Amino acid sequence: MHSEAGIPLAASYGPADLASPESIPPPGEFPFTRGNFSDGYRGRLWTIRQYSGFGTAEESNERYRYLLDQGGTGLSVAFDLPTQCGYDSDHPDVEEEVGRVGVALDTLADVEILFDQIPLDAISTSFTINGTAAIILAFYLAAAELQGVDRAKLRGTIQNDILKEYVSRGTWIWPPRPSLRLIADTIEFCTDEVPRFNAISVAGAHFRDAGANAAQEMAFTLMDGITYCDEVVARGRMTIDEFAPQVSFFFYTHGDFFEEIAKYRAGRRRWAHIVRERYGAKDDRSCMFRVGCVAGGASLYAPQAHNNIVRVAYEALASVLGGVQSMFTAAWDEPFAIPTEESATLALRTQQVLAYETGVARVADPLGGSYYVEALTDEMEVRVIDIMDDLERRGGMVKAVEEGYLHRLISEEAFRVQQAVASGEREIVGVNRFQTDEEAPEVEGYELDEEGRRRQLERLAEVKRTRSTSDVQTTLGALGKAAAQDDVNLMPLLVNCAKAYCTVGEMVGVLKTEWGEFQQPAVF
Amino acid sequence: MAPVRVLVGKPGLDGHDRGAKLVARALRDAGFEVIYLGIRQRPETIAAVAVQEDVRIVGLSILSGAHVALTKKTADALRAAGADDVLLVVGGTVPKRDVARLEEAGAAAVYPTGTTIEDLVESMRALSGATQTTP
Repeated sequence: MHSEAGIPLAASYGPADLASPESIPPPGEFPFTRGNFSDGYRGRLWTIRQYSGFGTAEESNERYRYLLDQGGTGLSVAFDLPTQCGYDSDHPDVEEEVGRVGVALDTLADVEILFDQIPLDAISTSFTINGTAAIILAFYLAAAELQGVDRAKLRGTIQNDILKEYVSRGTWIWPPRPSLRLIADTIEFCTDEVPRFNAISVAGAHFRDAGANAAQEMAFTLMDGITYCDEVVARGRMTIDEFAPQVSFFFYTHGDFFEEIAKYRAGRRRWAHIVRERYGAKDDRSCMFRVGCVAGGASLYAPQAHNNIVRVAYEALASVLGGVQSMFTAAWDEPFAIPTEESATLALRTQQVLAYETGVARVADPLGGSYYVEALTDEMEVRVIDIMDDLERRGGMVKAVEEGYLHRLISEEAFRVQQAVASGEREIVGVNRFQTDEEAPEVEGYELDEEGRRRQLERLAEVKRTRSTSDVQTTLGALGKAAAQDDVNLMPLLVNCAKAYCTVGEMVGVLKTEWGEFQQPAVF
Repeated sequence: MAPVRVLVGKPGLDGHDRGAKLVARALRDAGFEVIYLGIRQRPETIAAVAVQEDVRIVGLSILSGAHVALTKKTADALRAAGADDVLLVVGGTVPKRDVARLEEAGAAAVYPTGTTIEDLVESMRALSGATQTTP
């Protein structure tokens, strides 16, 4: 018998399986295996942060205010693909994608509407944005300024993790080298000016959904984290203790309950050692592994889709027992479409029942000291280290990305799982066990509103008509000039572009001229 | 008999390629000759490669919800490239209610959410067999 990631499991575990009591210091102490805080969730509950966004800024703003009214404590913005890949809504190649999988943002005018009546100093906002992350951050800073909010008070996260995009999510724009420079720019800028904001959320979630197992997900993500930290450290302007608080992480919690818990505990311990030993951090807080997660994704299935409600609830429980700092619970109808308000609310309630009724948040790391959980944590860490060593030996993450090595590892694992499901070795209720002839539910889903797209195009045209052309030319010109040099931080220049109502496509275009475009290796 | 040549690709901006890669691999294992084009392909590029490589079937995978428009664009591009005889099939996050709309847009077969790989391979075998008997 073995776990989903292939870790062999004994029938039971005992004292002989514990490395030593010293290897598991109390919660809140280095290396934080048992959690970042001595009082667990008593000081602060995890952030309940539901991913949401669609259509135009008006529609998304309405959904955000609804979610906040219902007790959501943070926002999580989903963007449409043109915004993520750097195209304006009026680009002829992307017309069918505008406002489809998230909100369409072209200029600061859209961002002003998106956060209308939402006090940016009181909520934290997470942006699932990568290729254009620095541009969206610039928009957010400009919008806060218009609201009269000091940027030092802003809380939230931009995902800003381009390396995994090259492998598994696909919203790359520029090649790795200049992209890493821009990411380091955002980290340095936020450290100086937006200290409560996370400039990067290093994400394993998308490796996972593309097929990686739990050990690979953690290993690839830690390697990406190292790549970003190396970049900032190599510039020599900041020490790890200065910028480490800017770095957070993001994962999927899938169905293997104890393995997921072990994954988070092993990841916390490994990252703590990396930050102290590789970068010489002096402050233990720099070594904290701050984690957000999603319960759902590729662990949800279309047949007997209501079973997904149960899956998400178990995954949410595993996430909390694993000690995450924020969570998104997916809606049961996600295999089919963007959730309805009803299914999205049920997903939110799933976390609230967990947080307020079950009592699991009362005591820090309730599974600490469990023979099984500690042994599984140790074994998971060993596997993570092995995978990381392999990648280091091959020359690191950028090389693994450029050569298609990561693509191959993930495809292999996805194929292995597919075969295990097809053969029945991996049992999934409604898919290969207890099947019924139940028809797929007629999910209402979100139908793109043609009217909304028309409004978006009109607003973009209106902005282009009324903005100062000379401001646009000046700010874009300055951006291009700075991009050609290595030692200028681009963030202030992007903020100037945002304030001049330059579009996402215009800013991306200027940088493409300087930096070129990434070509993905097509490996299957 | 020469193996049936299939092009698998993803039009539009959606980067979710797990399904497309699994399908490409399953088709290869089932004896098809697979050309995998990858993500973020323009319909015109897909059509040009289909002609150049003389494929019998073009398989699109779309998970963004933009399947109807992108299928139509690809069908138009194939026609414009003179590849009217190439069969177009579509899978992804496709609700059943859209199957008819996709067929109308030019799809010879549609594999909606929940389709098993075995069913898909069988369907593509039948499709390619059907084209072989046409004079």
